[in-house]
Amino acid sequence: MSVITRAERGARTKLPPEEPSIPQRKGGTAGYWLYLLPGFVLLLVIVVIPLVFNVYLTFTKWRGVGAPDFIGLENWFTIFTDEDFWTSFTNSVWMVLAMVVIPTTVGLMVAALLFDVVGRKFGGKVGSFLRATYYLPQILPIAVAGIVIGWMFRPGETGSVNQMLAVFGIPAYDWLGQMPSALLVLMGVLVWVQIGYPVVVFMAALQRVDPELYEAAELDGANWYQRFTAITLSIIRPEVFVVTLTCTIAALKVFGPVYIITQGGPAGATLVPAYYAYSEFFTKRNIGYGATIATVLTVLVVVVSIIFIRVQNSAERKERAGL
Amino acid sequence: MTATSVIVMPANARRPRPRGGMTKKRPVDWLLLVAVIAGGIVVLVPFYLILVNAFKSPIDYATSGPFAFPQEIDLTGIQNFWERVNFPEKVWNSILISGTVAVLAVLISLLNAFAIGIGRVRGRSWIVLLFLMANLLPQEALLYPLYYMFKSVHLYDNVWSVIIVFTVIQAAFGTYLLASVLGTFPKEVLEAASIDGATRWQILWRVVFPITRPTLSVLLIFFFIWTWNEFLIPLTFLPSNANQTVPVAISVLTGDRLMDVTTTAGAALLSIIPTIVFFLIFQRTLTRGITAGAVK
Repeated sequence: MSVITRAERGARTKLPPEEPSIPQRKGGTAGYWLYLLPGFVLLLVIVVIPLVFNVYLTFTKWRGVGAPDFIGLENWFTIFTDEDFWTSFTNSVWMVLAMVVIPTTVGLMVAALLFDVVGRKFGGKVGSFLRATYYLPQILPIAVAGIVIGWMFRPGETGSVNQMLAVFGIPAYDWLGQMPSALLVLMGVLVWVQIGYPVVVFMAALQRVDPELYEAAELDGANWYQRFTAITLSIIRPEVFVVTLTCTIAALKVFGPVYIITQGGPAGATLVPAYYAYSEFFTKRNIGYGATIATVLTVLVVVVSIIFIRVQNSAERKERAGL
Repeated sequence: MTATSVIVMPANARRPRPRGGMTKKRPVDWLLLVAVIAGGIVVLVPFYLILVNAFKSPIDYATSGPFAFPQEIDLTGIQNFWERVNFPEKVWNSILISGTVAVLAVLISLLNAFAIGIGRVRGRSWIVLLFLMANLLPQEALLYPLYYMFKSVHLYDNVWSVIIVFTVIQAAFGTYLLASVLGTFPKEVLEAASIDGATRWQILWRVVFPITRPTLSVLLIFFFIWTWNEFLIPLTFLPSNANQTVPVAISVLTGDRLMDVTTTAGAALLSIIPTIVFFLIFQRTLTRGITAGAVK
């Protein structure tokens, strides 16, 4: 995940003014369309056409060979009475908890501690070192992370978690084979992977806070909590928005860890929409139905993004009006 | 990992100034420090397990358990993985795919962003939104149609299928970011070049490109890493052993759960090394890129 680029994104949402930056000789800005051509063609072939094709497939029954059979809205009727479908979207809520709510809250606390306490009182180097530590899981390919976790939580006596618990006399447990531990392990992995991203982004954002603001507030008798909410949170709000948005979308789309750690099991208990669509495509060969799940997921992602962007824009407007 | 700390260090960071009584350490500060360090240790546990077990023999693992240091350095786990997946081949596939994607995606982002940020074409806010949405979409919504398309043009099980897909997806994000960076490009420079008779093409390559190069190199590196770590698309489009990337190879190998623990640890260790090496090589480029981005 890009840290800088995404943090920068928050700062530069304003669009440039109307006229082109170079004085135009003739033909206005039309000539610039040539520069957009390669990008547009590729976007059309790789994103737009497949997306439309995918929506078309939701109205068909198809096993991937021959021509798709047009069946109208059947897939759409099926999906709303499909228990697995509802389970997968309910599990998305758990994924949001594990990839957005917990990492953002804990990340905010860790960033504030590292910046405010560790950085100030124990030196910037200690702070940077700890920040890098928290960030480390982020550079790990998710497939590798999944495999290591799968191995740690192996059932029986070879799993390292079971071996550790054996020291305390706790018997071996099949972590990934039953509920709710399978879901909890999956969530734990996601928290572990995600935590570094908010820590790093928030620490970068905290550099913007003028220390004199804190000193003034301290002189006025504000306690740590009051300073944190009144000063820190209000200044780094754009970053909180960006982190929440990008992580929410990532949580809705999560696939790799589920594929590697639990395969949606036990008995569909850790099913998520992305994995459900994938298994319909390539395991059960119900292409039309898989396409329907993927379409619902896409609509959800787009709706969530639009809501976020709107909320952020209105918050910015309010702030400007208040100043 | 000092590399990551360099990357994320904002160049214009105002160092926390120790002043007055602020450096005085109260007991509660020590307590908080211990808490943050404890959290960091928890984060590091899986890495520790990878490191110590990669160098153990299976018998050593069985007798001493996962947390102990190896009794003697044993490389059979690493060697097993290296040979079973033909590791150099997988690393080369990953480098080829990620490297080509990074270069092509930066190129296309630059062309798009030139038209949007400097050319200010009509409807550009919609164009930016279109590219942004292309980046945010769940890949599953494109998966089967792309699978079908690649099969019909014989690009299925060919690294170019994955290269093309990620070029478009990464360029979509690059366009979004670069368009806003170029939107704030100093106007005087462009005017001066234009008065000197430079064409748009010359302005792009002789003025815009050199000045934005630091930002472009940061994008290049992130595109490389994001593509390196991708899983779903390579898993789907590159089924044969000879075309697999590092993450797919390790997941396929361990999927059968027959592999012993020390080989798993060896596999994980080998899979992290390229990423870490990459960070170490490019940390200076990254720092410079951020400096340039921050000064604007």
